[in-house]
Amino acid sequence: MRIGVITFPGTLDDADAARAARRAGADAVALWHGDHDLRGVDAVVVPGGFSYGDYLRAGAIASQAPIMREVVEAARRGLPVLGICNGFQILCEAGLLPGALVRNAGLHFICRDQTLRVESASTVWTGGFTTGQEIVVPLKSGEGRYVADAATLAELEGEGRVVFRYVGGAPNGATADIAGVASADGRIVGLMPHPEHAIDPLTGPTTDGLGLFTSVLGAVAAA
Amino acid sequence: MADYSDVVTGTVRQLDSVDSVERAASTPDQPQPYVELGLKDDEYARIRDILGRRPTDAELAMYSVMWSEHCSYKSSKVHLRYFGETTTEEMRAKMLAGIGENAGVVEVGDGWAVTFKVESHNHPSYVEPYQGAATGVGGIVRDIMAMGARPIAVADPLRFGPADAPDTARVLPGVVAGVGGYGNSLGLPNIGGEVVFDAGYAGNPLVNAMCVGSMRVEDLHLAFASGTGNKIILFGARTGLDGIGGVSVLASETFDADAGGRKKLPSVQVGDPFTEKVLIECCLELFHAGLVVGIQDLGGAGLSCATSELASAGDGGMHVDLDVVPLRAEGMTAAEILSSESQERMCAVVRPEDVDAFMAVCAKWDTIATVIGEVTDGDRLRISHRGETVVDVPPRTVAHDGPVYERPVGRGAGQDALQADVADRLPRPASPSELRAEILRMAASPNLCSRAWVTEQYDRYVRGNTASAQPADTGVVRIDEETGRGIAVSTDCNARFTALDPYAGAQLALAEAYRNVAVSGAVPAAVTNCLNFGSPEDPHVMWQFSQAVRGLADGCAQLGIPVTGGNVSFYNQTGDRAILPTPVIGVLGVIDDVARRVRSGFTGAGDAVVLLGATRDELDGSEWAHVVHDHLGGLPPAVDLAAEQRLAELLAAASAEGELRGSHDLSDGGLAQALVEAVLVGGNGAEVALPAGLDPFVAMFSESAGRVLVTVAAADVDAFLARAGSAGVPAERIGTTGGDGLRIETLTPLSAEELREAWEGTLPRLFGV
Repeated sequence: MRIGVITFPGTLDDADAARAARRAGADAVALWHGDHDLRGVDAVVVPGGFSYGDYLRAGAIASQAPIMREVVEAARRGLPVLGICNGFQILCEAGLLPGALVRNAGLHFICRDQTLRVESASTVWTGGFTTGQEIVVPLKSGEGRYVADAATLAELEGEGRVVFRYVGGAPNGATADIAGVASADGRIVGLMPHPEHAIDPLTGPTTDGLGLFTSVLGAVAAA
Repeated sequence: MADYSDVVTGTVRQLDSVDSVERAASTPDQPQPYVELGLKDDEYARIRDILGRRPTDAELAMYSVMWSEHCSYKSSKVHLRYFGETTTEEMRAKMLAGIGENAGVVEVGDGWAVTFKVESHNHPSYVEPYQGAATGVGGIVRDIMAMGARPIAVADPLRFGPADAPDTARVLPGVVAGVGGYGNSLGLPNIGGEVVFDAGYAGNPLVNAMCVGSMRVEDLHLAFASGTGNKIILFGARTGLDGIGGVSVLASETFDADAGGRKKLPSVQVGDPFTEKVLIECCLELFHAGLVVGIQDLGGAGLSCATSELASAGDGGMHVDLDVVPLRAEGMTAAEILSSESQERMCAVVRPEDVDAFMAVCAKWDTIATVIGEVTDGDRLRISHRGETVVDVPPRTVAHDGPVYERPVGRGAGQDALQADVADRLPRPASPSELRAEILRMAASPNLCSRAWVTEQYDRYVRGNTASAQPADTGVVRIDEETGRGIAVSTDCNARFTALDPYAGAQLALAEAYRNVAVSGAVPAAVTNCLNFGSPEDPHVMWQFSQAVRGLADGCAQLGIPVTGGNVSFYNQTGDRAILPTPVIGVLGVIDDVARRVRSGFTGAGDAVVLLGATRDELDGSEWAHVVHDHLGGLPPAVDLAAEQRLAELLAAASAEGELRGSHDLSDGGLAQALVEAVLVGGNGAEVALPAGLDPFVAMFSESAGRVLVTVAAADVDAFLARAGSAGVPAERIGTTGGDGLRIETLTPLSAEELREAWEGTLPRLFGV
């Protein structure tokens, strides 16, 4: 299986996302922001960083990049897509996920090991977890506060599309402690914390993050 | 952005007529504002002598910035030579580049080389905390890139006035946000650093920035321009009016605005980390494609520095045309273009046949690149602007042959009284309840409390190679994913000790950084420094400086590890009051496999707690004297570098055997603070009996050097103690890990929650959640 990892100018966690994909047993395929080519990948990770400097608005410029046109189109046909941190912001800006990410409530950048509760194990990226399971992965962002209008929130909660929630309160002030959400078909997931930094106890707090990558492998293999 | 004409009188700024070499030759008597640009009468006379005429405005701008203290090291040079004199061939063996290059480079094994350096950005950060700190990170990262390396980690030693001072509340949040805002955007893990508060830094915060880079040995690039016909390419950001005069005005004089009777510009540069991140990737691709002959970053003194240094390090001359330099502002003069410190720029020397390929890589990364000149025959640096020659100089006279001062050196009259004022007379806690209260008070004090408020604003995870970061003693980063080879780096300085005895203080700073690296299981390999001092015009400051340099150099010689580079920051003072002498020392160590790095603190239950090293009654200059009595006097703890070396060798051997479960260096706050941190960082409590034969207060709060706490599995303790014995390192089992919090003899137990509340509450309370 081939997992594509997009690099925009200003992307930072592409090497980490590629490493996580490989560690899970997939081939990591580098995708370039200016290309119109998904190189036949079976899933795409939009990694963290500050794409195009996050000028204008976090993720706003990247959402218009040539490669994202391909991602949007492929995602509508069911290609699994994971957006991490800046990637989550990009997916929201691209209209693939509802809501938006705004400045942290405390105004500071926050980097810490964060406990999350897996609220839904029925997405392609979380099938390997059990609902209610708690995992610890790093959170590191300055604009990670999830917000959405009341109707969207009701829809997300009602359809079980809140995928991850912060345990012990959202450090960034996210609405309803939401750390990650999914598309209606459960094939597109975005989250602010960084599962790709929790794949090896040597360099991360746990190996919990690997579960997202092995989950998608399982889902694609089963399909 | 304010205008250069505010700084320089109208005689220099003449937009309509270019002050060409020809014009300079025909108007020898034209008055020039060299004094305002920071040049002394004799320095100006020397420039006229070198050129055989008056300098043009552009030449004057170049000489004035390049001959400033910041760029020329004119006051420190005679002392810094001592580093070279004390470096043996054996110490030099693994050095691929040393002092004088953009950054020192050492070979670390498996074909890898590592480069690291610390620089100061003190004055800009006081004026504009966010941008000052941000561009400090940006500058040091470009220094590392200029060696051909990929930057892999940063760390920032920071020092501020009293934690509760209003000015600290103004400066600290901006500095921390600037370090984070810039470094996080570059994708560089921040793995260490320091935060120190002392009244001695009120009005003169120290913002030092360290960067570490790695490269294959064969990829080392040095800054030189050779090969006639090779092209000079400026790439990265456009050149603007920001940071003009930054070096000569901000870094070379105190910012007493009225000193010259005229307003000076607080012209701190503005950083754009996105441009720098792209520049990093672009440079690495250029290096890998073999398209770069020589490279230089543009930092202090901008193009003046880059062109004159590249040209003087090469074997020919150079011609540069300023008319093609991409600008941000209209009508910039040659002097302005040459002095601009606009950030995120690099200058490369490229073979003519490689220019197209070079440009293609830059285009891929949307990086602006322009051929601005070429290497020429002869030995002149000629720069033209608006069709006329505005600079025609021997480049060495700009870059290397600046003035050298033998400043008066004199031990101040107050030093004897300071050393006589020992801490013995201070009332000491005696009863168990007093000692217990003092442990908590110390743990909550600004210099000992948790740094999480600061370090949680820095990304320590990016790139996935960080095996250890704050609050550990040492940052450990993997450089080779196949073999696990990595580096450990620590920066330290106890400036209170240095004030009491600058020679010993510098050695204690070296010993602490060296020990911290060893505590992680790595083998110390190289030293860098950032020497922050007051005015070199004050003989006492020069005495402190010369003593610190000698202490450091002699210490390195004794430990057998070379100083590979460094930075000097003078004029850190307000009026007559200089900062505490602060030689920040960085030590880099090598670890063959980061998987065996020793973790910090009490990492498991049931382990034996062993104290290594000897504890003496050494409270002068201690954090206890500072916190409880606001006292600084006496003599610092004794330095025993041979003992430090034995300790480091023991730690390396025990770590290689997998004997060490956890470790923690003893420094500020002594054993008591080390125990508190070991419990909280490691996540396990401990039952402790104080070392035998010592007064309990001395045992807990003395700051004797050369001590480390380690934990070993209970079954291994006898073997470990025997190993320590044969290594000649005093070792005593003082307890066992496990349970909640800290239980010390007859003291009422300190619960983990109570310790955590004390240790973690202080900075959020001071600076907001």
